[in-house]
Amino acid sequence: MSAAVEAIPRRSVKPNPALWFRQIRAIFWLEIRKNFLGRRAILIYLLALLPLLPLSLVAIVTPPGNEWKNFQQYSVIYAFFYTGLIMQTVVFFGCAWIFMNLFRGELVDRSLHYYFLSSVRREVLVVGKYISGLATSIVLFTATTVISMLLLYLPHFYSQSIRFFTEGPGLSQLLTYASITILACVGYGAFFMVVGLFVRNPIIPALLLYGWEWLNFLLPPLLKKISVVHYLKSLMPIPLPEGPFAVVAEPTPAWLAIPGLILVTIIVLVISGYRIRRMEIRYGSD
Amino acid sequence: MLATDQLIFFDDVSKFYGEILGVNRVNLQIAPGITSLVGPNGAGKSTLMNLMTGLLRPTRGSISVLGTPTDQPEELFGKVGYCTQFDSFPRGVTGREFLTSFLLVDGFDRKRADELCDTALAHVNLTEAADRKVAAYSKGMRQRIRLAQAIAHEPTVLILDEPLNGLDPMVRAETIALFRKFAAQGLHIIISSHILHEVDMMSDRVILINNGYIVAEGNIHGVRDEMEEHPMQILIRCDNPSKLASLVFDQDHVVEARLHEDRKGLFIRTRDADRFYLLLNRVVADGEINVESIAPVDDDLSAVYQYLIGSAGVSS
Repeated sequence: MSAAVEAIPRRSVKPNPALWFRQIRAIFWLEIRKNFLGRRAILIYLLALLPLLPLSLVAIVTPPGNEWKNFQQYSVIYAFFYTGLIMQTVVFFGCAWIFMNLFRGELVDRSLHYYFLSSVRREVLVVGKYISGLATSIVLFTATTVISMLLLYLPHFYSQSIRFFTEGPGLSQLLTYASITILACVGYGAFFMVVGLFVRNPIIPALLLYGWEWLNFLLPPLLKKISVVHYLKSLMPIPLPEGPFAVVAEPTPAWLAIPGLILVTIIVLVISGYRIRRMEIRYGSD
Repeated sequence: MLATDQLIFFDDVSKFYGEILGVNRVNLQIAPGITSLVGPNGAGKSTLMNLMTGLLRPTRGSISVLGTPTDQPEELFGKVGYCTQFDSFPRGVTGREFLTSFLLVDGFDRKRADELCDTALAHVNLTEAADRKVAAYSKGMRQRIRLAQAIAHEPTVLILDEPLNGLDPMVRAETIALFRKFAAQGLHIIISSHILHEVDMMSDRVILINNGYIVAEGNIHGVRDEMEEHPMQILIRCDNPSKLASLVFDQDHVVEARLHEDRKGLFIRTRDADRFYLLLNRVVADGEINVESIAPVDDDLSAVYQYLIGSAGVSS
């Protein structure tokens, strides 16, 4: 140990996209098996099934009220149902659970170091984990979106509904709602993953964001734009009234809302990559 | 002269947890072979290992492992395997899945990952239990599967935090033999342990650490020789210990000469062991006494540890 030494040379590691792709694939499958095929995933499956419960009841017993007897009203009913229960509750909390646990869950389980001790760039780890969370949330919540819509329409006005989906605007609306769900997973997912990386107790920022998103209709137009829900609502196929107290703002056009959300997501992922690059494993203090 | 790409190199490294000291001003150059980190609980052994593997970032200074800075995991962990003390695993995996999953994350293809997994499992004698859930493993098996994970990708540097904990004596002996085999192949093996006699037995060199500071480092006998404030104790078994005592007592480097309880041996404490051995050679050559055996009493790790650190937190 007393040997003389040369100065430490600084090396740069050459980018190797083929290797990164293989590693992302390995991380993806490991995460899917660990987080989404185990017993702990039951809660998230139950959450995804939640909207189907009231719709199943409604399918058996039609509620009183004229709007339930008028097929034209079903688009509005579903728009309300989708916004309130699916997008702003199920997708929101589902993404919170899935994406916060990607890193925070591993810190709690004290197993993150196994990734940190693998010969993988930490940014690649962020991408692999994010994609696994995204795949899970998209599969679950897009299925919820599609099944919910079909479950609302088909039991009540079967033949009209079939025509609505095959010849009318039904299919287009269905695809739009599915796309909004996907975008919600992309946006909320990135936010919750970065929160899970920075904050020790991510429940508090999640609840703060939940409040901010729900109160979005009261915010002045400029502040409305600092939210995910504003861009998602701008894409809704059936625009909904926001109530007498709402501050009216022009919806952001789709050509701006979609790339905008994706851009913000990329920025958040870059922040995650920077954060994880400097992250230490100190389970005791986590 | 060893180049940095053959050494684990700490250059003036300090680590603070807020205001709490982890390690301070560490300068080390660790060559191939078995190097043991020894010190009481909380001395900074795990901090040093976590710094070496990039799990912690130094507050000051820099670290490189065989020329690779520790903030480049993609290159570092091609060379390094680390068996931590964290007794936790990803949820729901079997031993085999645990190994192959992270070999795939390393970038190996499926076929090579399976081969490496089988080899590592065989090294730690876990082939039969490989398809059982890790959660159902005993403590010793969990320790072994962690060791397998550290060696699976065939690293050239193995860092092992208390790797013998929880192992039964038979497996301990096999594991030590495995470490020796790796060291003979030119690997760097860094081990932390509380069991001093095992460290003494297997290490090429030791690093003694206490309260975040490196107290001593090097070959254990070399470290002992440099401790002038603690005269070396030597036990000489001979036919006439009283006469030997009278012959050596007037030497200026002999601090103490004391008869053994059975009166068949003499304890000597000397500040200069080399001069004492020369004197003893002369006495024996003159035929004045017959010497049966000569044994340094405190020339081992336990004694060095006692002198430098004290007895807290270790077992000998």
